[in-house]
Amino acid sequence: MYEFDYHRPGTLDAAVKLAGEADAKILAGGHTLIPTLKQRLAAPKHLVDLHALRELQGVHLKDGHLVIGAMTTHAHVADSALVKAHLPGLAQLAAGIGDPHVRHRGTIGGSVANNDPAADYPSAVLALNATITTNKRSITADDFFKGMFETALAEGEIITHISFPTGIKSGYAKFPNPASRYALVGVFVAQHGADARVAVTGAGANGVFRASTLEAALKGNFSAAALDGKSVSADGINSDMHADAAYRAHLIGVMAKRAVAAAH
Amino acid sequence: MPMIHMTVNGKAVKGHAEPRTLLVEFIRDTLRLTGTHVGCDTSQCGACVVHVDGHAIKSCTTLAVACEGAHVTTIEGLAHGTDLHPMQEAFREHHGLQCGYCTPGMIMSAVDMVNRKGHDLSEHTIREELEGNICRCTGYHNIVKAVAAGAKAMQGMAKAAE
Ligand SMILES: Cc1cc2nc3c(=O)[nH]c(=O)nc-3n(C[C@H](O)[C@H](O)[C@H](O)COP(=O)(O)OP(=O)(O)OC[C@H]3O[C@@H](n4cnc5c(N)ncnc54)[C@H](O)[C@@H]3O)c2cc1C
Ligand code: FES
Ligand code: FES
Repeated sequence: MYEFDYHRPGTLDAAVKLAGEADAKILAGGHTLIPTLKQRLAAPKHLVDLHALRELQGVHLKDGHLVIGAMTTHAHVADSALVKAHLPGLAQLAAGIGDPHVRHRGTIGGSVANNDPAADYPSAVLALNATITTNKRSITADDFFKGMFETALAEGEIITHISFPTGIKSGYAKFPNPASRYALVGVFVAQHGADARVAVTGAGANGVFRASTLEAALKGNFSAAALDGKSVSADGINSDMHADAAYRAHLIGVMAKRAVAAAH
Repeated sequence: MPMIHMTVNGKAVKGHAEPRTLLVEFIRDTLRLTGTHVGCDTSQCGACVVHVDGHAIKSCTTLAVACEGAHVTTIEGLAHGTDLHPMQEAFREHHGLQCGYCTPGMIMSAVDMVNRKGHDLSEHTIREELEGNICRCTGYHNIVKAVAAGAKAMQGMAKAAE
């Protein structure tokens, strides 16, 4: 690791100020950032640790939305009685991230800000049409994810919380890469009235995306049977040493069915 | 260099460390507690697992400065003198180790598992929960047996002993 200065601001205002400095980087759970620093793939001058900001932690129910603080750990979301009651698929997703130790440190804000093309959370945020709130503004999921590792966040902008609408039937199914546990393919499905949103992670060459053919199939008939015979084109799907595009495209259909079957 | 303060295995400790010092480096190099191991560069193997404020974490993926004021338990903090912790005893009894490199992390993970999931752990639960701990020797079968037995044996002891 290259050298850096470490800051642990006690207020959001102070954190925003520090994060706005040249070559500053926000530190949340560190479970993406620290491995990156260890490999010397990044060389920030300042690390701004958000752990002292209590207001960024925890889960609340507000106006029919589950509001999850950016610094809430994966373990906390997985165990939260509120999340289990209102969006069980989201709790299940969090419970399947990495391993227990990763879940004790990694945060939802860090995962969403990082937008790894194989990360789990972006699929839930996109399928549930959640809203990402920062120190400056609120951004809808459709406007937030901009391609792999790219988001609408400006330099130094801090996610404070993410709001998920509740009362939505939804589910998640992931085919984990057996070595890393990241998604080889993960599909989050959500029923929005007569419509459905189907978000796919792990497969898109450009990161998380909505599978429009599957959404059309589920419109008005939110059942696994509605997906019978529906396939996803392998165009724009990732090929790598773990799986080729055709295999991943096939898995999207399989995982979507499982996610719908598991939805409640 | 900042001065870092922690409570490690019940004892107040302090030491100078650069901000880029990992918790595992602070534990091994500054505190000379070498039971906590480093087995990889990718945050995957779990040889470095310790408890910070009651939760199992990978000390190779946590900065020491970020643990200012924290309560840390390492493998050295489990035994009472020459009496092994029930989970350590179970690993010995069930031959849950060969070279022993992964063992400190396995045991710290196992104790955390019991703290969260209780004393009656199914084989499936144990295997799922050991996702973040790699062993290159044993093939895991005896580790799973040891964790199940250790979990039961921990029933008698007060959780506060940790
Ligand atoms: C062994 C291992 C296995 C893993 N398996 C999985 C898996 O199966 N699925 C999965 O989805 N992930 C997995 N991860 C990644 C893990 O979930 C990370 O915790 C997560 O991607 C990043 O969250 P973090 O809190 O650790 O963020 P950090 O590493 O601290 O930060 C990540 C990035 O986000 C930025 N950032 C952090 N917080 C904010 C904020 N509030 N506002 C703006 N920017 C911010 C940081 O500046 C940095 O660029 C795994 C990681 C490891 C080490
Ligand atoms: S040394 Fe920490 S996970 Fe391998
Ligand atoms: S006993 Fe050798 S690595 Fe596990």
